Amino acid sequence: MPIRIEVQSPHASAANAILHGAAALGIDGLRGCTLARLYFIEHDLTEAEINRLCTMLLVDPVTEQARWRSVDAPTPPSEQASGQQIVEVTFRPGVTDVPARELARSMAEIGIEGGEVVTGTRYELEGELDTAEVRRLARQLLSNETVQHFSLEPVIPHFGVAAAASGEVERVALTGLSDEELLALSRRRLLSLDANEMRAIQDFYDQLGRAPTDVELETLAQTWSEHCVHKTFRAQIDFTWEDSTGEVVSKEVIDGLLRTYIRAATDAVYPTWLHSAFVDNAGIIAFDDTHDLAFKVETHNHPSALEPFGGANTGVGGVVRDILGVSARPIAATNVLCFGPQEYPHSQLPAGLLHPQRIASGVVAGIADYGNKLGLPTVNGSVLYDEGYLGNPLVFCGCAGLLPTGSHPTSPQAGDHVVVLGGRTGRDGLHGATFSSAELTHDTSETAGSAVQIGDPITEKGLIELIEAARDASLYTAITDCGAGGLSSAVGEMGESLGVDVELTNVLLKYPGLVPWEIWLSEAQERLVIAVPSENLPRLHELAKLWDVEVSVLGTFTGDGDLRVRYAGEVVADLPMEFLHDGLPRRYMNALWREPAQPAASPVIKDAPNDLLLRMLAHPNIASKEKIVRRYDHEVRGGSIVRPFGGPEMDGPNDAAVLKPLGTWDHTRAFALSAGINPQIGRNDPYAMAISAIDEAIRNAVAVGADPDQLAILDNFCWGNPTLPDRLGALVRTCQGCYDGALAYRAPFISGKDSLYNEYNGTPIPGTLLISAIAIVPDMNCTVTAPCKSPGNLLYLVGSTHDELGGSLLHSLYGSTAGKAPGLPDQGLETYRRLHQAMCNHLIHACHDLSEGGLALALAEMALGGRLGIEADIPSSGLSPISALFAESNGRLVVEVAPEDALALEATLAGSSFTRLGVVTERQQFSLAVDGTPTIDLSVAELVSAWSRQPEGVTP
Amino acid sequence: MSRPKILILHVSGTNRDAEAARAAELAGGAPEIVHINQLRQGERKLDDYAMLLLPGGFSYGDALGAGARLALDLRVYFEDQLHEFVDRGRLVLGICNGFQTLVKYGLLPGDPAAMQQDNRETVTRRVTLTENASGHFECRWVHLQVNPNTPATYLAQIDDLIFCPVAHGEGNFQVVDEITLNALAKDNLIAFRYVDEEGRPIGGVYPDNPNGSVADIAGITNAQGNVVGLMPHPEDHILPIQNPLGRSSRLGLPLFRSMIDAAGKG
Repeated sequence: MPIRIEVQSPHASAANAILHGAAALGIDGLRGCTLARLYFIEHDLTEAEINRLCTMLLVDPVTEQARWRSVDAPTPPSEQASGQQIVEVTFRPGVTDVPARELARSMAEIGIEGGEVVTGTRYELEGELDTAEVRRLARQLLSNETVQHFSLEPVIPHFGVAAAASGEVERVALTGLSDEELLALSRRRLLSLDANEMRAIQDFYDQLGRAPTDVELETLAQTWSEHCVHKTFRAQIDFTWEDSTGEVVSKEVIDGLLRTYIRAATDAVYPTWLHSAFVDNAGIIAFDDTHDLAFKVETHNHPSALEPFGGANTGVGGVVRDILGVSARPIAATNVLCFGPQEYPHSQLPAGLLHPQRIASGVVAGIADYGNKLGLPTVNGSVLYDEGYLGNPLVFCGCAGLLPTGSHPTSPQAGDHVVVLGGRTGRDGLHGATFSSAELTHDTSETAGSAVQIGDPITEKGLIELIEAARDASLYTAITDCGAGGLSSAVGEMGESLGVDVELTNVLLKYPGLVPWEIWLSEAQERLVIAVPSENLPRLHELAKLWDVEVSVLGTFTGDGDLRVRYAGEVVADLPMEFLHDGLPRRYMNALWREPAQPAASPVIKDAPNDLLLRMLAHPNIASKEKIVRRYDHEVRGGSIVRPFGGPEMDGPNDAAVLKPLGTWDHTRAFALSAGINPQIGRNDPYAMAISAIDEAIRNAVAVGADPDQLAILDNFCWGNPTLPDRLGALVRTCQGCYDGALAYRAPFISGKDSLYNEYNGTPIPGTLLISAIAIVPDMNCTVTAPCKSPGNLLYLVGSTHDELGGSLLHSLYGSTAGKAPGLPDQGLETYRRLHQAMCNHLIHACHDLSEGGLALALAEMALGGRLGIEADIPSSGLSPISALFAESNGRLVVEVAPEDALALEATLAGSSFTRLGVVTERQQFSLAVDGTPTIDLSVAELVSAWSRQPEGVTP
Repeated sequence: MSRPKILILHVSGTNRDAEAARAAELAGGAPEIVHINQLRQGERKLDDYAMLLLPGGFSYGDALGAGARLALDLRVYFEDQLHEFVDRGRLVLGICNGFQTLVKYGLLPGDPAAMQQDNRETVTRRVTLTENASGHFECRWVHLQVNPNTPATYLAQIDDLIFCPVAHGEGNFQVVDEITLNALAKDNLIAFRYVDEEGRPIGGVYPDNPNGSVADIAGITNAQGNVVGLMPHPEDHILPIQNPLGRSSRLGLPLFRSMIDAAGKG
């Protein structure tokens, strides 16, 4: 007799959030809301046992109350009060339900063995609501049907149905199919292969004289997916450049974007401290004599659009496993988020889309949940709001890790065992088949089968501990993350040079009933694959037991060059690795870059600079993100030297994070993490976007004390459909900017990722490039933060301002991206080197980079962060006052220096452009003049008030 | 004097153990991070240590409420050992998730009469740590005032405020009634309160009180003075370079030093 336990828990804040959410949906009749947790236990429990569970585990006697009954019993009147409507929500079968698992384990601990558990949430709604409104609330606020289902009466839990194991394998006949038929097959089976690629498979099997099994076909589709092999970035591209009239300026053939621009830049600068670029799950640089740093940034866009919490949650989990995949201990997390406008009218929201507010809330909660539970400080990031991200939010998740130099083995040996560690395998993420097609309004998917799941950070935490221990004991010879494509990708890649023979019935399953290809392709989270020599297996099992991690040994690396997959001994896939990895035909694509019509008129700026500055400070992209950032633990591990916020009130924005890793406190080296992103400039000129993003990431790192000569960068492209020549043309220009920018700063790319096909109903997102930087801070005692420090200190502008307002924040206030976009600064690297020297000499008290909003906004942020005034006179140098204040030229920072050090600073910066601007004042007034003419005059309180206004609704 | 041995307990989801170990080391202790499975299998014995430190994190994901399942573990596997440890006056420090666990278990504030009952699971808790008033996790630096008059007399040697971060979602200290609160105050069991940066009472005002705790309670001790718990993280401020205001005072280290000194004398 299954039991239903209901725990009423008085959480005013959650209830308030629901009231606000309902009002935002235009449902005004909701007056009150109470929440209860639901536990369903399929077990014959005695009353004493239930009471024991409640007292010992489920109910907080100080704040909560519980009631219970048999699930099958009729609903007692107390559960359905008059004038009250209820919504009950539970997870769909197969979705990770951590509380249920923990309850089942706890029950076992106190002697109640067996019995399945399901959890849920009950909402009691008060007010005048009709059923349609309740249903809307349930759908749009209280549940997400991608992973949950709801009921307007007491829910009947869906306990797992015992299904028999199944070895069912299908043979897919390809012989004689036409291109159209092949394409149709590809679409039907969600293979995401084009006709060319399908034909290559057809030819291969025709030569073998047999039909592929479903396991083989799915394996090929995964291995050949955009996600796994970056077909677009490897394709040969015919690139045509036209002027604004359509006249062809030039034509060129590009032999792969990755090879021609990204890797070429790395190869051109390849510094000695660079230990691994592009070949592994993450890039690796030297940290000190005995440690390396690994860094990776991933995106999880499409899952986050459908199930924001789970999408972002597993986004963090995925990138953390990339770091584990290079044998590093994850030590910090970053994230950059792009959402639609938070106040977007619900009435105008296209059907099938979640509201940007709901996406933002869920994503932030998902990131916080995973990162906090892993004990990773989330230290750097940014949040952008733009209508272009309405249908496709972007969720970039980054992770940095530390590993002893040379401790990452990459060569499995014949005879080694194929071992899977971590979570169990379920039907998770198979082609995204878990979500309904109605919600798949995107016509193309970013990756083959990256579907939505809820993460399980505690299982991943066990993996972190186990991998560190196994690495230190040299127990494995190779390691990789089990991500997109599941075991098929992980095992297929690891066995590329040797061949493998694996048995699928050895895979630990969450529930029975999976057919072979489902086991092989499942993208269940929190799994890693390692290669383990026989003699090390016993020790591995011991360690895994200690750290509570499950292990399954699937088979061995053979040395015969074949991928052989069995189910209960029966071979269900037998493919030469050579065809799997080299059989993919290269793509040929067309790209077109047409120069924008010239010259688009720049907006006429009539508003007063005071108002402009206040509007900028309050702009959602600029205003304080404190409400979001404080949900992330940025202190755990005790190594945060420069944090997201600084100044006496600890609310002023800093430019980058500086971290001191645990285990390295015997010296003073530290490292910085920073980012650069500016899609607004990309709308004007994608080439300039790349230059600016690189410059921004580097100057942010330099601003906190990083050495520009020990700095590596990562590229993350989020783009529209690259098979359309205009999208691809802009992507080509961006890559060209990446090459030029990286070379100008001698900064190697060490890792990168692309997320393509981000389109909604034919409209692409604004092409978005995120550049992330990781850099060495030679001395943690020489870091600098942005807020002003002391009255009487002098302020200097380092770098020079040009009439570059194209894609600027100023112009965006007028709905325009017109104007000349920022280019590469003269002597950018030399200037950063000199500035870094000044920091090493302890000459700099504060430093802030100039990006959106230019000089005026940077100075305002320094003043408000320090709660000090600024009195400055800005030489226009022939520019208009507006340009002098708001232009977004690259290569610029403001520094604060003590008057007695001014000469020393000027000497250190000799050769670079710098300008003395003014002084920091005790009086909290922000006064900027241009060429002696007072232009901006505001109190610091006004600055703080404008900047601290949080974007409406970002109260996840 | 030899360094007192400190057992830092690690379970699935523990995450501030390494920092806690570092703080304990710096404060003169000999910390060892021990997995609960090592204790269960008898590879390590609680009795061999002078002090038990339950560090921060999300034990078992806090999936059934913060610290609830770890408290169950302690009760199921180590109840007798733990009570003996405490009864013999050995020291126990719970930070954040460790504090939540000690409260959920009932060791804090503790009730000597209840402890003697045979059927300990039916003891009704009168205090709890519940969801923050804001409804969500929050990370920010706070100031703590140490009560010099608690039964944990060694805490009196901490002569300054402690400035350190909180990082939790369920740190809101609540009591079942006024009587309980008065009893805590009367017995001087309230060991740490959130205060402003001048050390003044803040009357519950956010964000100096980051979570809505009644009477600005950040941490408490038991009547014997050998079990101490607090939500904030003194282990994240053991060196001036960690101070976000760039000052060199108000470290969290003296808290560790005071307890480890006491453990050494124990």
